[in-house]
Amino acid sequence: MARIFETPLYPYRRSPDQDAAAPVRHPVVVVGAGPVGLACAIDLARQDIPVVVLDENDKVSFGSRAICFAKRPLEILDRLGCAEPMVEKGVVWNVGKVFFGDRRVYEFNLLPEAGHRRPAFINLQQYYFEKFLVDRVRELQAEGRPIEIRGNSKVTAVGRGGDGVALSVETPEGPYRMRADWLIACDGANSPIRAMMGLDFVGRVFEDNFLIADVVMEAAFPTERWFWFDPPFNRGQSALLHKQPDGVWRIDLQLGWNIDKEREKQPENVIPRLKAMLGEDAKFTLEWVSIYTFQCRRMESFRHGQVLFAGDSAHQVSPFGARGANSGLQDADNLVWKLKLVMEGSAPESLLDSYDTERLYGADENILNSSRSTDFITPKSEMSRIFRDAVLDLSEHFAFARPLVNSGRLSVPCTYDGSPLNGPDAQGLPPRTRPGSPAVDAPIKEGWLLDRLGDRFQLLTIDAEAPDLIENGGIAVERLALSTADDPTGALKERYLGDAGSAVYLLRPDQHVAARWTAFDRAEVEAALAKATGR
Amino acid sequence: MTTLNTAPNIPQPDDFYAELLALHEGRSKAESDAINARLVLILANHIGDRQVLRNALKAAADPGGRRSAGPEGHARR
Ligand SMILES: Cc1cc2nc3c(=O)[nH]c(=O)nc-3n(C[C@H](O)[C@H](O)[C@H](O)COP(=O)(O)OP(=O)(O)OC[C@H]3O[C@@H](n4cnc5c(N)ncnc54)[C@H](O)[C@@H]3O)c2cc1C
Repeated sequence: MARIFETPLYPYRRSPDQDAAAPVRHPVVVVGAGPVGLACAIDLARQDIPVVVLDENDKVSFGSRAICFAKRPLEILDRLGCAEPMVEKGVVWNVGKVFFGDRRVYEFNLLPEAGHRRPAFINLQQYYFEKFLVDRVRELQAEGRPIEIRGNSKVTAVGRGGDGVALSVETPEGPYRMRADWLIACDGANSPIRAMMGLDFVGRVFEDNFLIADVVMEAAFPTERWFWFDPPFNRGQSALLHKQPDGVWRIDLQLGWNIDKEREKQPENVIPRLKAMLGEDAKFTLEWVSIYTFQCRRMESFRHGQVLFAGDSAHQVSPFGARGANSGLQDADNLVWKLKLVMEGSAPESLLDSYDTERLYGADENILNSSRSTDFITPKSEMSRIFRDAVLDLSEHFAFARPLVNSGRLSVPCTYDGSPLNGPDAQGLPPRTRPGSPAVDAPIKEGWLLDRLGDRFQLLTIDAEAPDLIENGGIAVERLALSTADDPTGALKERYLGDAGSAVYLLRPDQHVAARWTAFDRAEVEAALAKATGR
Repeated sequence: MTTLNTAPNIPQPDDFYAELLALHEGRSKAESDAINARLVLILANHIGDRQVLRNALKAAADPGGRRSAGPEGHARR
């Protein structure tokens, strides 16, 4: 049976653009049908903004790559209408075990907070993730939404003119040209578009190699994340074992710097390593093997006029912490509503600069976390190894040392503290829902809070009066009136009121809090709306 | 309290010092390094206060407190 990542999902088809006399102009072109490009395109199309996605390939990600998807991206995908199949297929896990040498030093439980629709994490192969996104594209097409994926269509040149972007596209039937008002470059870490535009991508290379293998096995290992420091089967290095759906297990083995990558990738060298780890009798087949060197780097700016970079093309992190695709989805979430308002003419183009500010902030946070994890996992000096080992030794006996163990700080949503879009905060309301934060989910009388939020500006009132609709400069703010009387678990009060008796939240289309008060004041709300839309 | 206590604070200082040295008696350099690292972590956790810890790190790196005064840390004596 052909594996899902070997089956063309969006095979090449001739486009009428190829026969047009002059380059056809499109409002938005997305380059790259990876997780981030697809998420951007879906979000645009469901809001009726015509979008064309170009990909040089016609299949989902080869091999699994990303496996760990966090709650916030799942919430974003709920807004896009495709989280359900992912969560259904995905493996939910909460327990992690840490080993040092031949000892199990401790175990942890993520203890996810109750009162959220989505779990803290699911494990799912990236090819499934992308497949479900493509399914969503097909669904939107069936509804007549303006979205198209062109497979085997490689962008070979971009040119920026006075208005918009000119593209050259290479296909099996030869090249053609097209134009875009806006170009979203989601063409991955090696971004050809970034190179074509001569833009920098600076950061740090970690001088280490990791063997990443996905193996299919019937095994009695539990659904837990197991991480080894300096294990007997990989002395001086680290290892990870994590479960994915369909009996597929992810194994990461640190190999060190001076190795022959081609040789290490050969099954005759991989299999003995895996047997040393899994046991001589373990029965498994290799699904996918690759060797990576990890890097943490980002572009200086994600916006270059009409060209916007999102996902790995804009920033790259080491995979410890699962922050790559997870943060790329937050890029898409942040970008699309802003682009929509700018395209409609209800916000100035400068609103897009806040995409740059907010997501650079997010990227720096991810790079910081991911660099720290990598420094812990692969100590770079004698003294850092001594301290690392001391932390691990102590963690076996003392709880205090466990928070210092860093085998990857798992992706958490980004709060845009200090964003130019943030309006006023009110004293006494809970810090976790301060301006810049993504709204925190909570059970409400009919379902979940987050299902009621997004895609437009909203005024969430809790036990507070406000008009049902405010119109200002062509932007409507709809009220969502809730009360602690329909707060079945008390989570709404705890997450949005704290000790206050009432609250009014201005929420952005990406569900982030723009400003909040304890009572409604029209002038204040209008000023915050103007600020949140860059006016 | 967020200031680092640098006044004498250990009763019977000679006894303590002897215990500290005894800890390293007959150990290899590697064992001693590991013990010292664990000790630093245990004490740091006991203190907990980030400001005190920051001051302690600074005091350990530069007991005279002069390094930050001059260019590239060459201001010491
Ligand atoms: C081993 C490993 C483990 C990982 N684990 C995790 C994890 O657990 N969680 C997580 O969140 N992230 C993880 N990541 C990171 C994650 O895989 C990436 O962040 C994610 O794929 C980025 O998505 P993207 O859409 O930005 O880019 P990509 O997925 O790289 O997609 C780029 C697309 O652009 C296309 N393209 C490139 N050039 C052109 C061109 N000239 N013309 C047209 N199309 C082009 C490519 O064909 C490709 O489809 C992991 C990565 C690795 C390597």
